[in-house]
Amino acid sequence: MVTELFPVTLTGAETSRRGKRLVGPVDLTLDGQGLCVVLGPNGSGKTTLLRLMHGTARLTGGTVQWACDTETARHHQAFVFQQPVVLRRTVEENLTYPLRLRGADRRTARTAARTWAERVGLGAHLTRRAMVLSGGEQQKLAIARALITDPALVFLDEPTASLDGRAMREIEAILLQAKADGTRLILSTHDMGQARRIADRVIFILGGKVHETGPAQGFFDAPQTPEARAFLNGDIVE
Amino acid sequence: MRHAFWLVVTFDAELAEIALRSLRVTLTALVIACLIALPLAAMLAVRRFRWRRATIALLNALMGLPPVVVGLIVYIFLSRSGPFGALGLLFTPTAMIVAQVIIIVPLIASIAHQSLRELWAEYHDLLISMNVTQVQKMRTLIWDARRALLTAALAGFGRGIGEVGAIMIVGGNIDNATRVLTTAIALETGKGEFALALALGFVLIALALGVNLAIHWIGQTERDSRW
Repeated sequence: MVTELFPVTLTGAETSRRGKRLVGPVDLTLDGQGLCVVLGPNGSGKTTLLRLMHGTARLTGGTVQWACDTETARHHQAFVFQQPVVLRRTVEENLTYPLRLRGADRRTARTAARTWAERVGLGAHLTRRAMVLSGGEQQKLAIARALITDPALVFLDEPTASLDGRAMREIEAILLQAKADGTRLILSTHDMGQARRIADRVIFILGGKVHETGPAQGFFDAPQTPEARAFLNGDIVE
Repeated sequence: MRHAFWLVVTFDAELAEIALRSLRVTLTALVIACLIALPLAAMLAVRRFRWRRATIALLNALMGLPPVVVGLIVYIFLSRSGPFGALGLLFTPTAMIVAQVIIIVPLIASIAHQSLRELWAEYHDLLISMNVTQVQKMRTLIWDARRALLTAALAGFGRGIGEVGAIMIVGGNIDNATRVLTTAIALETGKGEFALALALGFVLIALALGVNLAIHWIGQTERDSRW
């Protein structure tokens, strides 16, 4: 497992579109341990912050500095989207795709695909078209496809936002296992219950700005900012 | 009409030769056109460059390219006094293939681009996040949209096999050399040989349907909820 991506330091990082600042300036340092939850209401900039760190949103100011060079950092990252994006292929072909891109031979890729399909509960669906899977199964497939390359870090953008309780529980179990295996996870959610269940560290974001960051327990027990307190109380914050 | 059927069922040698030549010319043109048009369509879908929109508009406009004009231009280029006259290609099947490629590339590229653009919108975020190279993106799109691209290829085949104006000009409709189904139909109709013209027409329709069905069967379109 490659962990020399961390710490990652954001210094005055911001992104704007058509003159409107979407996120930032953000000053933040993350170490390489546990599961970090980016928490905030809808439209607060969670997705953009994740994309900014991943490098798929254009940095219009400041820096995002990984412990290694940016190209190496990108190579050891994966991203899971809120709406699962599956290739118009079978489950097995979806899983082998990132490995084949990285030069793995067909047999190795297929073996890994079978292992991961079993691990996420899709072992019986290997030859099925990914598009005909349920939403929860597609998201599990997307997560397995992200994890199959053994990334040091996986960004997950509200991966359970549109799923029912059972699918959510299964996905959380997969994520906690990945964390136990040493993969660093940064997950965005507006679901406070989920954040309480799985977070080791919380970044609270509102209006594109990071209002509070720290260990999850401390954040939930004693939030430091009035905005975080209001959010935790269930008040409408914007 | 009865005579026409008789010519077909008795497998007239001349008719078979013309039909095979038609198939050879159009399928060769189709393969070459696909090799040009599909990567071009994929590139237009995934890459952003200065003249991209103009190129797409041009391709769409060229779908309506008059075949006779294409034939005339290819004729000028391949004639003895033209820039490629030394190659001696005029009035050969190669000249007919060149003309057909020019006619069907814009058609295949435009239809393919529509399909690939939609797929790219679906895949964009994923492939960008995977740090996939431009060539890998194009290969992924072409492979995953292959069934939709078959439709583009079939449209190209349909246009090519039924084309008469351009190949008449650059091929010359020479017996045993460049005569194909469409030019033969035109010739026999002019001579008043309606039975043979009709027989050729039946063969042309059978070829077009046969190739379409074969490609659908090979591509397994509409089977097992495939795309």
